[in-house]
Amino acid sequence: MSLEHYLILSGILFSIGLYGALAKSNAVVVLMCVELMLQGVNVALVAFSRYVVPQLLTGQVFALFVMTVAAAEVAVGLAIIFSLYRARETVNVGEADSMRD
Amino acid sequence: MGLIIAFWIFAVVSVLAALGVVFLRNVFRAALLLMLCFFSVAGVFATLGADFLAAVQVLIYVGAVGALILMAILLTRELHRGSPFSRWGIPAAVLAAALLGVLIWAAVGTPWPSPQLPPPQPTTAQLAERIFDLDTGFVLPFEIASLLLLAAIIGAIALVREK
Repeated sequence: MSLEHYLILSGILFSIGLYGALAKSNAVVVLMCVELMLQGVNVALVAFSRYVVPQLLTGQVFALFVMTVAAAEVAVGLAIIFSLYRARETVNVGEADSMRD
Repeated sequence: MGLIIAFWIFAVVSVLAALGVVFLRNVFRAALLLMLCFFSVAGVFATLGADFLAAVQVLIYVGAVGALILMAILLTRELHRGSPFSRWGIPAAVLAAALLGVLIWAAVGTPWPSPQLPPPQPTTAQLAERIFDLDTGFVLPFEIASLLLLAAIIGAIALVREK
């Protein structure tokens, strides 16, 4: 296994997540696709850590911080989706446009 | 040899599960496939020798984040509406395909250094030393991450509290 394999896997995961985050209209699915993008980032970080500086583990430390921020993001994002659903009875991101008027 | 087979299995399963997350209409099945994708990414971490990260990935993503997302799907009762595509589907597909092309071109075209030394096994103790080393470590980012988690928890509770 070479570094390129892991980087291409990470790029595929990131692109699938980006496509879903831009093209889906259910807010929960958009959040899930953002999580997919972060998975791709983490795969790239750990692969760089393994192949470029195998003794230093710096990429793994960065991946741990990405996981922390992703957990905080899921908690706050789902709370926002809950309050949106309570106020508007929908989680469709296209219908939450009252700030546009 | 075993490592190569494991990598291909985990990589193919994670990509197929990610495609299922985007293209399935049933949101509940999409969330279950997302958990499968998290699990196979944990396997990819294991093939990279990152044993601690693989365990943390299963605990945090498959356990905590997966359960939270499933609970959100059940509580918002939007299962019958599925997860339709918005009108930005085609521009988003073009953008994602272009980004994927650039990423693969950069990954294949760059001369990467080959690994000289094997990684430490197991990594847990070295990871702790790397984070908590006072001179070259990450003590301040670690504390800021703790503060961020606390702020996120309080913010989430304040957002969903009944008025």
